[in-house]
Amino acid sequence: MLSGTMVVMTDLDDLALRLSTDLDAVFPEVVHALSPGLYSGALRMLGHRQDAEDITQDALTRAYRALGEYPAERIAALRLPGWLWTIAANLCRNRLRQRSRKATLPLDGPDPTDTEAGPDEKAEQADLGDRLTGHLLTLSWPMRSAVVLRHVVGLTTDEISTALDRPPATVRSDIHRGLERLRHLLDEETP
Amino acid sequence: MTIENHLQQLTATPPDDVGDRVLVAVGLADEFVEWPSIVGRLFIAFNGLGVSTVSADADADRFEAYFQRRHRRPLRPATAVPETIERHLAEALDRGRPGRLPLDLRGVTPFQSDVLLKAATIPRGEVRPYGWIARELGNPGAVRAVGSALATNPIPLILPCHRVVRSDGSFGRYSLGSDDNKPRLLAAEGLDVAEYQRMARTGTRFVGSETTRIYCHPTCRAARTIAGSHRVELRSTSEAEDRGFRACKLCRPAA
Repeated sequence: MLSGTMVVMTDLDDLALRLSTDLDAVFPEVVHALSPGLYSGALRMLGHRQDAEDITQDALTRAYRALGEYPAERIAALRLPGWLWTIAANLCRNRLRQRSRKATLPLDGPDPTDTEAGPDEKAEQADLGDRLTGHLLTLSWPMRSAVVLRHVVGLTTDEISTALDRPPATVRSDIHRGLERLRHLLDEETP
Repeated sequence: MTIENHLQQLTATPPDDVGDRVLVAVGLADEFVEWPSIVGRLFIAFNGLGVSTVSADADADRFEAYFQRRHRRPLRPATAVPETIERHLAEALDRGRPGRLPLDLRGVTPFQSDVLLKAATIPRGEVRPYGWIARELGNPGAVRAVGSALATNPIPLILPCHRVVRSDGSFGRYSLGSDDNKPRLLAAEGLDVAEYQRMARTGTRFVGSETTRIYCHPTCRAARTIAGSHRVELRSTSEAEDRGFRACKLCRPAA
């Protein structure tokens, strides 16, 4: 940890307001408060630690640059986690697209740093958490992103609707169908 | 337990330094490396915006104290040098000009930045007086302000304040290490220090050519081509003008 970096638990409502008054002084707190959520969400959407790390870093860096262009009133009114996820969800989706393009190349083997996944071979002995992690990665993007943002990251349906640019009703249905699918996959494994 | 509860437990902790890397990327914190040079070991700090600081402190603690006084933001040893910086840093230090190396000049005023970037146009191995920079910036009276802008140069060597000298021909002060480093750097760039000092002592500030009737700063590359037999030593721009010389368009002489 860098000397001088703030390590305090922060009230998120208050954070946007304070951020609007002094971006440079308060932004380290935003980084500290929100990187665990960004990292967890990206990890469960992508199933890959290095990718999740890159997305966390990239999203926060882009966020800072965007905030520098915003007038103070706009920053004060932001709901930071949802807003950050408008950036991060796009990055996750692009990363998945890049990866599926690369996956068609014959030389592209599995990433050795990938400590997740292998859901099929591991399912038998893995505990429920590991199995869920693997099954999440088999969901379609709309279901996966909505379920992860709702239940891993803890965003509200409205925040997810903004972050993913889908109507709230669609988000609710994606979450519902996603959970159904996960339950079904878990049930299937049980002998 | 419901599936929702299990999903909630899939949170994960990011590696410790992800946050620090974000702050470095956006320029709210810096990293530094040590770098060898002909004036001794340097400390070089940078962030996502570019190189912010070059200093020749005795040790890392002293460098950090200097950095804090100057920038008031966190600093840590670099884990890796970003590709854009690594590609251009060695060349910038070698040539004594930024070239394509990105620089973080947020800590300096627009005037100081103009002064430093003007100094970076002086070719390697050549020198110009403080008054030349003031005149070039369209503010010939600002000689002292130019002097203090150069004295607090945050990125010496890359922004070559060592190529700016006093109007009496002496080398003047130098902030990187010691004053002696200024002639040492200039000698390494090919300046004939002894000859330059001889001219300074005898009051020669400019040299002219009797064949072209053009006068220059003594270190201008055009001046160095004047054959000895046609070479005239001049004490001032007015002496040059009085004797019918016109100013070199390359070095645009000014006292």
